[in-house]
Amino acid sequence: MGTKVFSRPDCLRDVASHYCPGCHHGIIHRLVAEAIDELELAPRTIGVAPVGCSVFIYDYIDTDFIQAPHGRAPAVATGVKRALPDRIVFTYQGDGDLAAIGTSEIIHTAARGENVTVIFVNNAIYGMTGGQSAPTTLLGQSTTTAPQGRDAGADGAPIQVCEMLNTLQRPAFISRVSVHTPAQVVRAKKAIRRAFQCQQEGKGFSFVEVLSACPTNWGMTPLDANKWLEQYMLPYYPIKDFRIPEGVQ
Amino acid sequence: MAEKVLMKGNEALAEAAIRAGCRFFFGYPITPQNELLEYMARHLPEVGGTFLQSESEIGAINMVFGAACAGVRVMTSSSGPGISLKQEGISYIAGSEVPAVIVNIMRTGPGLGGIAPTQSDYFQATKGGGHGDYRLMVLAPASVQEMVDLTALAFEKADEYRNPVLILGDGVLGQMMEPVVLPAPSPEKTVEKPWATTGKGDNEKAKLITSLYIQPEEAERFCDHLRAKYSAMEERETRFECYRTDDAEIIAVAYGTAARLCMAAVDMVREKGIRAGLIRPITLFPFPSAPLRKAAEGGAWFLTVELSTGQMVEDVRLAVGGRQPVAFYGRSGGMVPDPRVIAARLEELAEKKGNAETAQPNEGGAA
Repeated sequence: MGTKVFSRPDCLRDVASHYCPGCHHGIIHRLVAEAIDELELAPRTIGVAPVGCSVFIYDYIDTDFIQAPHGRAPAVATGVKRALPDRIVFTYQGDGDLAAIGTSEIIHTAARGENVTVIFVNNAIYGMTGGQSAPTTLLGQSTTTAPQGRDAGADGAPIQVCEMLNTLQRPAFISRVSVHTPAQVVRAKKAIRRAFQCQQEGKGFSFVEVLSACPTNWGMTPLDANKWLEQYMLPYYPIKDFRIPEGVQ
Repeated sequence: MAEKVLMKGNEALAEAAIRAGCRFFFGYPITPQNELLEYMARHLPEVGGTFLQSESEIGAINMVFGAACAGVRVMTSSSGPGISLKQEGISYIAGSEVPAVIVNIMRTGPGLGGIAPTQSDYFQATKGGGHGDYRLMVLAPASVQEMVDLTALAFEKADEYRNPVLILGDGVLGQMMEPVVLPAPSPEKTVEKPWATTGKGDNEKAKLITSLYIQPEEAERFCDHLRAKYSAMEERETRFECYRTDDAEIIAVAYGTAARLCMAAVDMVREKGIRAGLIRPITLFPFPSAPLRKAAEGGAWFLTVELSTGQMVEDVRLAVGGRQPVAFYGRSGGMVPDPRVIAARLEELAEKKGNAETAQPNEGGAA
């Protein structure tokens, strides 16, 4: 008799994914689902879905969900958490959502130390709208709205969100991970689990930035996209635990 | 127990909300509604509620959205420029079919305008403001007492229709003090909200609150569903007051503060033997078209009076449907009309009507 060592998490629905080949949302969804399962949070979790490619996260993760306006998920999560302090509330946001239109909401939710978890997926480009520049687009990286490549003089420098949030007093947990190799996936899983645990234990605002690939809009094969992520994104967005509260394993 | 007290409009409204079971308030300061926010900051914690001053109006309305999804009674308040910022969230709240109460104590505009009272957000309140095919129920109090009474109604109707309800007051109502009877606090409301996202619990199907409908057929079905809801509101929730209209030939149409001024003007011209009256919409959506149409069919002429350059007058004209003339008088920028000037306008209109009837019996002339 074989022993089952790997299976679909209970709270990840058995449905076909709508994401492009090589997109990392599928992996990150799975990591979130695993963390929710392992901590047995599904019955009392409310997710806040974003605008953009990952809005359909509510079709994949089997918990209650609210679909928020573009960038506003942290404010919506605040409303839910204040109304239901004993529930687990998380947002799942892309870089366009969180680092452009939603900068105010993320900064102030972090500054209040709101006891919610934010999963921030940074692929350095707008996905759903077709590959326009994001605040996280790297210098020199070309997009449909920066066809000659991002230029610091014209477009400003990319925003390092973890570093920015790390200047605030109240966040409890801030970590940047990646999912471009199996080893990094394992590390990312640990961070996501820790973030939920942090909320579960009432320690306050927890934030995980996940570097990820968008092969379609980067115009690369999935494998080349992973290489590009490692070569260009990692130096500017270093993988790092910025802040871990005491007692969170 | 109900009690009679002297209170400022903004504070009375806040107290009425607490007594109606509102336990969550998210807001951002703007004159002339700050007393409302400050009252909530002081008194919500006393009843175990939560007050949070957000980083912006956008933050506030989205916190309202989240709390509403969680099934609690929640409110926000602002004034014109802040309500403009909230419009995105209001559209989402309407599109997600969750109940919330939003208060606009109007100041002058457009732009930063000024802090004096107007009624220039009528279009914004009743014609959408945010994107998409949605309606708010819009309640227009004309006294501090009505600010109290309509607040209780707003929470009730928001829950009943799963739709945002807007209370549209103005700086006069917000700032003035009047004696008011406060209702006894109602115990924590236990309206069943099986749709609320409170966590799916054990063996329960997960709940989703969204306003996203990618397939056109599905999106149209949803819009039709909303339309049916708004039609039901039109049928059941239209509210208005008629003042001395039984035999009226000249009818003033005004809401809120303007209606109070018109009431005084109607009394003035009645003393001169002019048969004037007032129709005061209490709900601006649904708009009380029927009584206006009926009065027009009876031959009355109309004078719409607003603290704006003319917004509701368009709905009055739609209701009257060209049957009779509809004149307009308004002051803007925070200027409040003198009832004597309104009375003079009513007199002028009565004279024109008399002349028109002498010249061309049974036909209305231009006003």
